[in-house]
Amino acid sequence: MASRSESESQGQERAEAAPSGEAEALLSKVLEGLSPEISTVGSAVSVKVPPDCLKEAAQRLKAAGFDHVKAVTGIDRPDSGEIELVYHVSSYLDPKLSRWIVALRTTLPRDDPETPSLYDVWPSVKYHEMEQREMLGIRFSGHPDPRRLLLPESYKGIPPLRKDFKVKVEGINA
Amino acid sequence: MSEEEHILELLIGPQHPASGHMRLVAKVDGDVVVSLRPDIGYVHRTVEKLAETKNYIQIIPLVERPPLADTANHNLGYVLALERLLGIEAPPRAQWLRTLLAEMTRIHSHFYGIGIHGIMLGSSTAFMWAFWDREIMIELAQRLTGARLTYSYMIPGGVRRDLPPGFEDEMEKALRYLERRIPDYHKIFFDNPVTKARLEGVGVLRKEDAIRLGIVGPNLRASGVPYDVRKVDPYCAYPELDFNVITREEGDSLARVMVRVGEIKESINMIRQILKKMPDGPILEERYLKMIPPKWKDWMAQHRRIKLPAALISLRPPKGEAVARVEAARGEAVYYIVSDGSPKPYRFRVVSPSIRNVVLFEHLIRNCRVADIPAIYGSLDYFPPEADR
Repeated sequence: MASRSESESQGQERAEAAPSGEAEALLSKVLEGLSPEISTVGSAVSVKVPPDCLKEAAQRLKAAGFDHVKAVTGIDRPDSGEIELVYHVSSYLDPKLSRWIVALRTTLPRDDPETPSLYDVWPSVKYHEMEQREMLGIRFSGHPDPRRLLLPESYKGIPPLRKDFKVKVEGINA
Repeated sequence: MSEEEHILELLIGPQHPASGHMRLVAKVDGDVVVSLRPDIGYVHRTVEKLAETKNYIQIIPLVERPPLADTANHNLGYVLALERLLGIEAPPRAQWLRTLLAEMTRIHSHFYGIGIHGIMLGSSTAFMWAFWDREIMIELAQRLTGARLTYSYMIPGGVRRDLPPGFEDEMEKALRYLERRIPDYHKIFFDNPVTKARLEGVGVLRKEDAIRLGIVGPNLRASGVPYDVRKVDPYCAYPELDFNVITREEGDSLARVMVRVGEIKESINMIRQILKKMPDGPILEERYLKMIPPKWKDWMAQHRRIKLPAALISLRPPKGEAVARVEAARGEAVYYIVSDGSPKPYRFRVVSPSIRNVVLFEHLIRNCRVADIPAIYGSLDYFPPEADR
């Protein structure tokens, strides 16, 4: 497995980085014209696209055989005023693709994080997007289900996985 | 009559049992379920947020709680992600011991699921038997790890304990017992005409829907998709084990149960191979072993266990991220860690098999009878705390 220093240098020495080099080559072909930034981080291939290219990138990945989403993760980054949104996708049916996990990512403005839902492309995102919506306040336009998922309907306040939601420590040290 | 007059909203749960700490909102027309939606979150314990306040080592017990009984596989998924972040790998013997506990856990987790399904169908015998037979593996796991279920056995760089003396013989007895038991289950439960009538052709999940909805585990494989992380992206000792991925084509509730039964047999077979082929050697990565003071080394050799080095308490993985997937008993579990170089994760993401399978409640439980609700529910081996995290 690649250590951090190796994965950072893979940007320059991509030719040597097999087998992830194969994944990177395929992805740069599939996502041509969407200005993807492709790199290998640990065991996943990371693809960053601008927010307005996210849905197009998803459609092309789906057409290339990436048939399901394993995880949708929002990451709050108050220092840069952004929320990073990551879709981990892979394949059930294509034996080559199922060896890889692709982290399709984009960044949204933290004060108004809105992005098209990828439900039309991958129905498997349904519950993941609902969770990221309530936990980070991301709006997924076109998502079919407006309900809360894990939080009570009455919950008001900062979305809990935003960094400005502080956990109050209870117990003997409090 | 207008539609509103004869469609009734039926609320099942969130009181346990039968709904299992979740609420099912069913629309029924007489005895026919028109639609059903799962209302989850009643046992949400904020694992992802809590993890941001804890040191990496403290997260091990945290990730084990939601998926009870399937603790070891989630312990493993988390530790693999963390090791990728740290750039370390456990030594071979530790990898084999991890695989051993993972498969023991798969067996008792499957018995748990079969037992709960049994009682949902009104077969208290299946419930009683399965809950006794899961004890066999739990007892052996306790001898290995010191705990019945919350093992915290896998730590970054290795495992906490080596095999106790006489473990192989005890395990062989247990495996023979389980092999003798499975035909009994067939006689009284799986091949029982009542069970068959309740499960065959009920809640059919078509292959293309299973893929489209991102279903995992035995529920996916019962619909004819041979996806198993242990084969697709093998970890620990799985590349060196000879085992089959159990699939069925029917996609109905009975097929999902029978995939689990097939997996119990495969796990029995794998445990035998593991105990036969497990290499000798250290059970903790060298760099951590070196940190243990010499006076503890004798104690470790005598007790066949690890003294936890202080460095593990305050791990500081480098800035970066890592993702790991494992085939947990209920399906694929994904662990994703984002580190900012501090002793606590910046973002911690757990995607459990149950949260990926919960969509099946709305997909499968419609245009069926009210009595099919527990029959289908039980066949999914859905575990609310695992979904809510």
